[in-house]
Amino acid sequence: MTTSVGHLTPAQIKQGRRHLVTPEGIDLQIELAEVGSRIGAFALDLLFITITLIAAAYALGSMSLYNDELAFIIFVMLAFLLRSFYFTLFELGRRAATPGKMILKIRVAARGKARLSAASVFARNALREIGFFLPLGFLFGIGSGGVDGWMSMLALLWASIFLFFPLFNKDRLRVGDLVAGTWVVKSPRPMLAADLVTTDEPENEALFARFAFTPAQIDAYGIKELHVLEDVLRAQDREVLEDVANRIRAKIGWVWEHGESDVLFLRAYYAALRGRLESKMLMGVRRKDKFDTR
Amino acid sequence: MTRRTLTLKSKRFREERQEVWKEMESMLKRIEARSYRGLTDEEIIQLPRLYRSTLSSLSVARATSLDQSVVAYLESLSTRAYYVIYGNQARLHDRIYNFFARDWPLAVQSAWKDVAASTFVFALGMLIGFVLVSNNPDWFYSFMDERMASGRTPAASEEFLRDTIYGYDSDEGGLGAFAAFLFSNNSRVSILAFALGFAFALPTVALLLYNGLSIGAFIAVFTGKDLGFEIGGWLSIHGTTELFAIALAGAGGMMIGRAVAFPGDMTRMESMRSKAEQAAIILGGVVVMMFVAGLLEGFGRQLIQNDWVRYGIGGSMLTFWLLYFFLPRKALES
Repeated sequence: MTTSVGHLTPAQIKQGRRHLVTPEGIDLQIELAEVGSRIGAFALDLLFITITLIAAAYALGSMSLYNDELAFIIFVMLAFLLRSFYFTLFELGRRAATPGKMILKIRVAARGKARLSAASVFARNALREIGFFLPLGFLFGIGSGGVDGWMSMLALLWASIFLFFPLFNKDRLRVGDLVAGTWVVKSPRPMLAADLVTTDEPENEALFARFAFTPAQIDAYGIKELHVLEDVLRAQDREVLEDVANRIRAKIGWVWEHGESDVLFLRAYYAALRGRLESKMLMGVRRKDKFDTR
Repeated sequence: MTRRTLTLKSKRFREERQEVWKEMESMLKRIEARSYRGLTDEEIIQLPRLYRSTLSSLSVARATSLDQSVVAYLESLSTRAYYVIYGNQARLHDRIYNFFARDWPLAVQSAWKDVAASTFVFALGMLIGFVLVSNNPDWFYSFMDERMASGRTPAASEEFLRDTIYGYDSDEGGLGAFAAFLFSNNSRVSILAFALGFAFALPTVALLLYNGLSIGAFIAVFTGKDLGFEIGGWLSIHGTTELFAIALAGAGGMMIGRAVAFPGDMTRMESMRSKAEQAAIILGGVVVMMFVAGLLEGFGRQLIQNDWVRYGIGGSMLTFWLLYFFLPRKALES
């Protein structure tokens, strides 16, 4: 048993899978968010903030307050509120994610425990100031030239350490995450897709019955190939289906009969292979892939 | 051979259990959207049972099913349910209430040493700036940015300075724009004072000193023209709140800095982590104070021209904050 429940291989850990054991003793195994999707979520959030501010500026401009200064002050306060509380309030919510994070299906979570405290959320977002806004400020300082320019340059280098921090630690933590004891994980919401082994309709059953594979033919593949086959069947790309069907036929020595559909053949083979591998699993044998001869 | 597809155990397992999963999913959706109010009492009683049943389904599925979509679905469903059940139960507005009623004042109260130290450094900076500029106005230019001073230099005339205190002017360099600039500058200073704290609090101290210096210098310019009382009113209406907020942010930074510099038995990282939450709560409050100060600055100072009223507001704000933070307060069990 190499991949029993609750055990992660080094490869899986490298891909960002982590243990998360519930009090009931089940290892849920969460997955860390990709750095790319975190940058994307942040960019989306910045976009939303900017759109709100532009809309507010238009609204304030058209309201004709008794002097422009008042409108300007309101605008500055609004910008301040948004910048300070946008991330915090959304991450304190039940989904622990800003709109950008929700769109990219990631969320903030406390490392190793369920309860994400308000203080953690404050801390991780306060450090966003030096992780992002500060380097940004220095970036604008460089153009001014002279000693200030050099100082800005050095400060920018220093601040970049914070900016690129997530790329250089195994848990992809920002400095804010490190201090606050949080991390960002994937929170996918997959639909429960239909089982590919549905033979509810009698005519389907009759069609499946035509595919009688011998045990040797079924034993040609392992779990890895089964999963690839599942993906192929779900993706429903005609060309890929045809290609895969032909390769499997060649491998197991199946003779194509006139009128035999690729999809039906693949589904029948999928059902047979899954049945075979699952019954092996019940006996404690997980056949990893086609090279695994158990 | 053909019967095999029909008797697939994982398929029968799924058919028997999937109603429970669907129910769990619909309940989670409602909880995530509207908290527990979206559920009936009966459903709330059902919730733990559904949760355990989903978890056990996950175990079974991992052990017996090779249907990736089922396993992935159950993993995400269980994880969502786990975060809902063991995560924070309080609703957002309860959490906000707790923050103001308990978390924030208690965090400040128990950090009183850092608050005192940071206030001291800040005040020291002001004093030095004031004394230096009073004795030799040339010092002013080394503390203050020309742009930030916008004409309020020792070279300015008394009338000009008086105008800036009571000015209602909305033309170039208007008070409002200056206030807004000061405001965003000060909130940046306070966030930096906090965020740079972990470098043994040294940047925090430097930042507090430097800002104290420029404020002291600024005041000295006005006292030099016998406008000391008036500038006091101008500053105090919002300044008591704003400067206090900066001092608190500095205290947060110092707290973290101290934890890193003197970790005791812990590693430096652990020590910092142990203080970070408290410091973060203080900072969260500082942002709120900055906002209050911004309101006072933006509206109060423009609308209120009387020095005594300005002093009165500034003084009562300071009293309010001191009472709010330092009145004995019972820690609730959370």
